[in-house]
Amino acid sequence: MELFTPDAGLLFWMLLSFGIVFFVLAKWGFPVITRMVDDRKRFIDQSLEAAREANAKLEGIKAESEALLTQAREEQRLILKDAANTRDRIIEEAREKARTEGALMLEEARQQIQHEKENAIRDIRRQTAEMAVEVAEKIMRTNLATERQQMDLVERLLDEVEKN
Amino acid sequence: MTKYRSILLAFVLCLLGSILPVQASSHTHDEDKPIDVKEIIFDHIGDAYEWHVTTIGDKHVSIPLPVIVFSREKGFHAFLSNRLHHGEAHNGFHIATEGAHKGKVVETTSEGEVVRPLLDLSLTKIAAGIVINSLLLVAIILCVSRWYRRREASDEAPRGFVGMMEMLIMAIYDGIIKPSVGKDYERFAPYLLTAFFFIFLSNLMGLVPFFPGGANVTGNIAITLFLAVCTFLAINLFGTREYWREVLWPDVPLWMKCPVPLMPVIEIFGLITKPFALTIRLLANIMAGHSVILALVCIIFITHSMGALLGGSMTVVSVLFTIFMNFLELLVAFIQAYVFTMLSAVFIGLSRVEHHEK
Repeated sequence: MELFTPDAGLLFWMLLSFGIVFFVLAKWGFPVITRMVDDRKRFIDQSLEAAREANAKLEGIKAESEALLTQAREEQRLILKDAANTRDRIIEEAREKARTEGALMLEEARQQIQHEKENAIRDIRRQTAEMAVEVAEKIMRTNLATERQQMDLVERLLDEVEKN
Repeated sequence: MTKYRSILLAFVLCLLGSILPVQASSHTHDEDKPIDVKEIIFDHIGDAYEWHVTTIGDKHVSIPLPVIVFSREKGFHAFLSNRLHHGEAHNGFHIATEGAHKGKVVETTSEGEVVRPLLDLSLTKIAAGIVINSLLLVAIILCVSRWYRRREASDEAPRGFVGMMEMLIMAIYDGIIKPSVGKDYERFAPYLLTAFFFIFLSNLMGLVPFFPGGANVTGNIAITLFLAVCTFLAINLFGTREYWREVLWPDVPLWMKCPVPLMPVIEIFGLITKPFALTIRLLANIMAGHSVILALVCIIFITHSMGALLGGSMTVVSVLFTIFMNFLELLVAFIQAYVFTMLSAVFIGLSRVEHHEK
């Protein structure tokens, strides 16, 4: 029966030891550990939440940048198209302008040429007349001795002139 | 396969080689006396005033422990237990060899009567075991908690020993305390964790066969009773009003509680059976485990007195069974600590019921 009779001395030592152990561990032991593990759990949860948010944000940013990129590409395409149009138009205009200007200059040149020609003709006419007069003078001085010859010459000359 | 077989053979031979000389020496020195297994077992699972380490030849090597007694006649006395060797008396105190107080310190009064001293607070083997286990437990847990004190929650989780302790602590904390106690579980966590680790460590230390271990701490009724009383106090001191109403005025037909308080008596009886069951469960499991291991070891000495061949073959059987039992006891060491903690937590949780409308 001794096995089933609690010994007073052992109860005393148990009370003392377990009491001290409980006091020490309840104050500096277990709460420190469990609190820390709970804190760590909370920290991990927060980190996961933050990571999830960051992921979502990243996803948003990606979509946004994608949209921005397509928009920019569209704009670029439009600008390029616009630029090509403008270029074509400018070239067309320049060509048109060059054509009209060329025509104008050609016209002017033609007129000038006409004018010059007329001047030249007039000049030639005048010189010819002068030379004719001179030639006539010289001929007269030499060959036109007779009235008949003179008259023939004049007739012939006038015919020629008429023919011209 | 042959490799394993040769390893097994070598192992058995080693065991035989190591056990036979021990057996031979004990055989020669108790030539005429048959081995009293019961005494060996009860010597071990019981208490003693000295801590027997080993016996070399005829010499007992033991650690003397302080005897602290308070006698009505002679007052307070404290001395080392080696003064009481072989029934020697010291200041009128000696260890009784027979009678009702066999193995305990008794005093011879002036009238020549042999009585127990008024108070015997000797630091016996089991008391010393309690102190050693307590110091070890405090050292372990404070070492672990120091690791946490020096770190932030954002630091990485511990590895190695601290990690193992964290796993154990959190298994009890999250697996038992949180679901069983329910609301306010943080308040009871330190007690339940201390109880768990005290029991677990004491169980493990009890399985170590040499000096710092080997004391049968959790297989002693004083220890289990004390722990059960702690749980009893935790249950009833923090019980809610609803809990006490259910005990004293349960929801049963009036005749079962009014003139004769039948149900309240049963309920109050139930309050006492809970810690009683806790006490006996732990005590019986650990005591039985120690007894079985010792009995299996004793088979070697009994069968060797019957003949060398029988002894040799039974030695192998005994060693194999002892190894098996030791593994089983490792399991039991954990399971009993777990069960004690879980039941304490469940009982505390039951005492914290809130009023619920039907």
